[in-house]
Amino acid sequence: MRFDLARTLLWASVVAILAFLFVPVAIIMVYAFSASNIQGWPIQSFTLQWFARTFADDEVRSALWLSIEVAVVATALAMLMGLLAALAVYRIRGAASEAIAFAIVLPIALPGILTGMALNSYFVLWGINLSFTTIVIGHATFCTVIVYNNVIARLRRLPPSWAEASADLGAGPWRTFRLITLPMLSSALGAGALLAFALSFDEVIVTTFTAGAQTTLPLWIFGAIRLGQHLPEVNVVVCVVILLTIVPVLLAQRLMGRAALLHK
Amino acid sequence: MPVSASLTGLLWRRPALRVAALISLPAVWFVLFYLAALAAMFISSFHTVDELSGEIQPGWTLDNFRQLLGDWTYGRIALRTIGIAAAVTLTDGLLAWPFAYVMARYAGPRLRPALMALVMLPLWSSYLARVYAWRLILAHDGALNWLLHGLGLPAASIGYSNWAMWIVFTYLWLPFMILPLFASLERIPPSLLEASSDLGAAGWRTFRRVIVPLAMPGLVAGSIFTFSLTLGDYITPLLVGGPGSDFIGNVVYANVGVSNNIPFAAAFAVLPLLVMAGYLLIARKLGAFDAL
Repeated sequence: MRFDLARTLLWASVVAILAFLFVPVAIIMVYAFSASNIQGWPIQSFTLQWFARTFADDEVRSALWLSIEVAVVATALAMLMGLLAALAVYRIRGAASEAIAFAIVLPIALPGILTGMALNSYFVLWGINLSFTTIVIGHATFCTVIVYNNVIARLRRLPPSWAEASADLGAGPWRTFRLITLPMLSSALGAGALLAFALSFDEVIVTTFTAGAQTTLPLWIFGAIRLGQHLPEVNVVVCVVILLTIVPVLLAQRLMGRAALLHK
Repeated sequence: MPVSASLTGLLWRRPALRVAALISLPAVWFVLFYLAALAAMFISSFHTVDELSGEIQPGWTLDNFRQLLGDWTYGRIALRTIGIAAAVTLTDGLLAWPFAYVMARYAGPRLRPALMALVMLPLWSSYLARVYAWRLILAHDGALNWLLHGLGLPAASIGYSNWAMWIVFTYLWLPFMILPLFASLERIPPSLLEASSDLGAAGWRTFRRVIVPLAMPGLVAGSIFTFSLTLGDYITPLLVGGPGSDFIGNVVYANVGVSNNIPFAAAFAVLPLLVMAGYLLIARKLGAFDAL
């Protein structure tokens, strides 16, 4: 009887925590349909007009486009570096592999303000103007770990006998990589890329330190909330962004199983 | 192509060379853009800014650090930042337990991945959207007070306060705690728990003496994220904290964006660097890196 009580309480707290996680997301999505300019609760009347207005807003559209461009380039770089680093770390043991893994995880293990501040003072030191390129450098740096984590997890589960069989049959290392290893890594690489894209698309703290006059979508949202301007449009953007980020996450989970998402 | 063929041959015969070739690009990138940037931040924290021209004066002076230590305002900001980061980490550590435990021990093979996905989704959905949601919920005419009013309770005014920051940070980073904790709970073989109860340990004692120690690496791994992410934030304090709830990050951001005093900002950013270096060293000792 006592044990059952404990179990019931545990399940009840699971439900409570799920409510805690999802009620705020649900509430913010409902706001996108609010007709009012004032962000009060409960919502008095509903409309779709803010969707049309937001999609017609040039500022929002160019911010969205910039965010996509940054995320695409940063993801491509992160895929290349994450794959190479995972292949290297997989082949070595001991202190060197630990040091490399540590350096790669550092940009997300250290506070965002540090990564941002470090990059900012570095660019200023060299007299480099903040631009699209500096945003991408920051994003590629902290996205690499996501691809790396996915690929290394897959590599460690692959049976080495496959590559050995390929070598025994006379394939060189490049051929074995191209025909055996890479195809078996492709879904891990794909899942990592989707998540890296999602992370880059959403990032704001490092970006504020590495962007010059450029406004990514999160920077636009942040600015609008801070100044209290265009709030109905912010509601719409935020609602759409939430819906959009669900797609890569669910896709990545499909591709990889849960290992993909364990590390943001 | 003879050149590429001989190169391939060389890489084939010398595995160390192959590893070096693989790691060279990421290594150059991380040294050039990350480690050098951290070093640059450290160096520029010893520079100063000329008050008249606004130009950065290179050199080695402790002026920035003297200013930080001499003004208690900065001490309070540092303590607030570290204090709230610690409070958030503790709260998430407590909240994560029942969820991770149920997921690891009671959830069936169909429910478990579903719960996993439900924890992941808010984690990956827009950070700004989630902070903004709480700004609206906790506002004076927001959903929280509407609910309290409906229940006949007095209105709460926790919007724009340290309490608001504590709630929002706890909310934001909870999945980061649940996931590694679950991963380490899942790895505990059931036979260990049976052995413990066979040896006469009651449920609670098994939990305290067997489960908690074995889950420690996961818990510490999660705490790295909850602590570090709170420590390095300035957006949440700006959006849901009140006046006078500045974090280290807010001072850093204001000095880069508004006053253009990068050396001073860099000097203050050295503090979270030192705090995290210490934290990571301890976490490593506790085995958290294997659980990362």
